[in-house]
Amino acid sequence: MTVNSTNRIDFEVIASLVADGARVLDIGSGDGTLLEILQERRNIDGRGIELSQRGVNECVARGLSVIQGDADHDLVHYPDQSFDYVILSQTIQATHNPKIVLDELLRIGRHAIVSFPNFGYWRVRASLMFKGRMPVTRDLPYSWYDTPNIHFCTMRDFVSLTKEVGATIDRAEALNGAGQKLAVSMPWSLWNLFGQQAVFLLRR
Amino acid sequence: MTPGGSQPYLTSPRDVRNEDLGRMTVASEPLESLTTNAGSEAVNPSSDVLRFGADKPLQLDAGTLLSPFQIAYRTYGTLNADKSNAILICHALTGDQHCASTNPVTGKPGWWENLIGPGKPVDTDRFFVICSNVIGGCMGSTGPASPNPATGKPFALDLPVITIRDMVRAQAMLVDHFGIDRLFSVIGGSMGGMQVLQWASSYPERVHTAIALATGARHTSQNIAFHEVGRQAVIADPEWQQGRYLEKGTRPSKGLAVARMAAHVTYLSEAALHRKFGRNLQDRDAPSFGFDADFQIESYLRHQGLTFVDRFDANSYLYMTRAMDYFDLAADHEGQLAEAFRGTRTRFCLVSFTSDWLFPTFENRAIVHALNATGASVSFVEVESDKGHDAFLLDEPVMTATINGFIMSAAKSRGLAQ
Repeated sequence: MTVNSTNRIDFEVIASLVADGARVLDIGSGDGTLLEILQERRNIDGRGIELSQRGVNECVARGLSVIQGDADHDLVHYPDQSFDYVILSQTIQATHNPKIVLDELLRIGRHAIVSFPNFGYWRVRASLMFKGRMPVTRDLPYSWYDTPNIHFCTMRDFVSLTKEVGATIDRAEALNGAGQKLAVSMPWSLWNLFGQQAVFLLRR
Repeated sequence: MTPGGSQPYLTSPRDVRNEDLGRMTVASEPLESLTTNAGSEAVNPSSDVLRFGADKPLQLDAGTLLSPFQIAYRTYGTLNADKSNAILICHALTGDQHCASTNPVTGKPGWWENLIGPGKPVDTDRFFVICSNVIGGCMGSTGPASPNPATGKPFALDLPVITIRDMVRAQAMLVDHFGIDRLFSVIGGSMGGMQVLQWASSYPERVHTAIALATGARHTSQNIAFHEVGRQAVIADPEWQQGRYLEKGTRPSKGLAVARMAAHVTYLSEAALHRKFGRNLQDRDAPSFGFDADFQIESYLRHQGLTFVDRFDANSYLYMTRAMDYFDLAADHEGQLAEAFRGTRTRFCLVSFTSDWLFPTFENRAIVHALNATGASVSFVEVESDKGHDAFLLDEPVMTATINGFIMSAAKSRGLAQ
């Protein structure tokens, strides 16, 4: 279910947000890289959900507890507050109902970590502005008609969604194209312009 | 350990001892009427047999004790010093203990040699593999063809109805016999998968990993319906003789063959049938305008039915199908399947197949969801296949890779060296 297969600069930030020994549910586990990083560095008790059969197979072969499923349908079966962290990395834009999914994350996890490509990034805006075309970049490599990313949002859009579902933002990070964190002192408007990716640590 | 010693069917009921011992049939003397291979394997199996005497009865869900009783089994590989490398294989409806070696009745390779053997995912160079014929079966474990110690005649329908939990309880006694506290893995598909789930639920501390394929936590109404068609076909055969065909020297072969034909269709898929047979005619250019096997599929099914009756006991078929029908793991826990696995530390691996309409993905997924609800460690893959329910027995590379990866990583975590 991790739909953007480019190098995952958000993993470092996510790993820094997770406490040692935590119980973690990673939704959109991909090939299991993030779960493996978290197991090695944070000694977590990890579980995963992944949409693609190939991804699940790679995860299972790596010894990870990953099931085939998706964020839109399979979260309902997890009990309230059964994980310390529920991670949705680079996946919320591919869900059918991001609001319900975010609600579920906050129900299942004491914390939710959400990372996504920021559609407010200046290159995206520039593509629309100057080419008049939907952006196709290294990190968003799909054409509009075959993209699994059906619900793009900007950082500002996401912040207003967190308010709508009653979430508290404990931390937010914006990463530029090189994976560097943007300065905390920047206003939201600049993060939204220069952040290529966003990572949020939420709770309710 | 062979409780009961040299007289395995000498049992506690006093009435048996004097009058019936003389005409009782012991394991070394097959019943006269059991003339086929399947018949003699039922009573006098060529595989290892563990006999339990009056001191070790089997508690049955039907509310009675089965005693004496015996379990026929095969083992492959070597049990290591700390007894941590044992894998129990649970067979499906018409399977047997010969999972990885030539079947003594059919002469065919073991039914799961795709998965089990030297260098295979269930590597017999590395693991100690146990596979037993289930209670109620017809390959040497106590079943309806076994002599009833009270009469000296085959049990037939006097054997209490056997459940999946009864089968598992007996297997646990076999595992005890080897002095194994904790199985590295319990693996099975279909009815074997039901046993796997029952093992994980009944003996969570004895199951390190559980691999259940193409199965369900309950038998659905549709599946019960198909089983009932099969049973009625057997029972409607006049040769069935109210179940007493072994004594009367008859065999309900026609009924059992029809049962197998109907069941066999449920193990395949429309796509697989179409690919294999289509509407092709059998050895003819035009339909006969009669009721011969005009179509290849008819001929194939008739063949399946005919070969089945040579290796399987009709009454055992009734008992096996009944055991599956009665299986409902959630019902044993007030309708909450998750309760069956509460607090489990077993690592689970489940696999379903896209074209399996007997145990479709959603039935398998229901187990996954219940396990998720308990916070259990579970891996789950739905394998793309057009081979239907039988896919779990066939060479399915994705299934093999999944099981292999799961076992490898679990072995590492259990400290089992390569």
